[in-house]
Amino acid sequence: MIKALKKFLSKFVNNLFNNKKHLKLGLYGPPNGGKTTLANKISKDWLGEEMGSVSNVAHETREIQIKEQINIKSNGKELSFNLVDTPGIATKIDYEDFMKTGMKEKEAKKRAREATKGVIDSIKWLDEMDVVVVVLDATKDPYDQVNITIIGNLQARKIPVLLMANKTDLKKANIKKIEAAFPQYGVVGISAKYGNNIDDFYKALFKLV
Amino acid sequence: MLTPQIVPYSEIVDLSSLGRIRKLLNIAKENKIVLLQGRLTKEEEAELIKITMEEINKDFKGVELAVIEPTTQNDHGLEIIKNRIANIMLGDRQGLTVIGPASVVKEIKKDPRKIELLTKDIKKKNKKRR
Repeated sequence: MIKALKKFLSKFVNNLFNNKKHLKLGLYGPPNGGKTTLANKISKDWLGEEMGSVSNVAHETREIQIKEQINIKSNGKELSFNLVDTPGIATKIDYEDFMKTGMKEKEAKKRAREATKGVIDSIKWLDEMDVVVVVLDATKDPYDQVNITIIGNLQARKIPVLLMANKTDLKKANIKKIEAAFPQYGVVGISAKYGNNIDDFYKALFKLV
Repeated sequence: MLTPQIVPYSEIVDLSSLGRIRKLLNIAKENKIVLLQGRLTKEEEAELIKITMEEINKDFKGVELAVIEPTTQNDHGLEIIKNRIANIMLGDRQGLTVIGPASVVKEIKKDPRKIELLTKDIKKKNKKRR
């Protein structure tokens, strides 16, 4: 309650001084959707450096990572934000799944422990966000309850949401399925890895805030 | 063996959010599949995920979760208002929530109208462990 009041007051003051374009922009989504790949792309485009490591093994990002003061420009407009890359949200984590990727038991257990903590942190941080980009793997089923829960929570908190249908460079990618699953939200198809359609993403971001 | 447990909404209606989550999670931790009449709030769903993560250990690997909602696309005007008031007054009793322990349920495939529950071959797994 106090948090919500603080957030409301902060937004009110920011609006009053027309300074609302300095925001906390969160990247949320299930594991392996490409959040860190997108964070790296944004960071590289505007700061010239990457943000975090990426891997094919799920839960590579297990801690909240923040890149401050990113200024993006599009069509003469400027937007300044702190980019928050969050660990992927999941409902189950089994260290044996990590062992299947070749990890030793001790390392797999450690990763699983860190991953569970990462999920908890991601959920706790939801209240801190001003705008959220939900990064979904366009080759996967969008009706996953994790996606629905994340988006539902953002809606309940009245946080503006933009959906990224990532990995459009892959044949199996299906943006239309994501659009059909979440018809009330804007969906931008991109390949964060190759930077395909990234300009549309920036344009959509300006529209959202 | 798959053991579903049906939980009528009346069993959770008087509980606090934490109480609801605790009740459902305790059933799932007994390796049973929870079939809850209706649904939790969005915030409760997020809290359920958070608490699940806090309790993961070598025996409990988490849950598979799915909510199926009734089609309300054809509802309009008074019908929508009526449903919203009923949800506020009585809780969200429409739809069905499925919570399965990850040790038993491999995946819940869902589209807006149906749920498919894919289970793990426990016998095979136990054999491997022996």
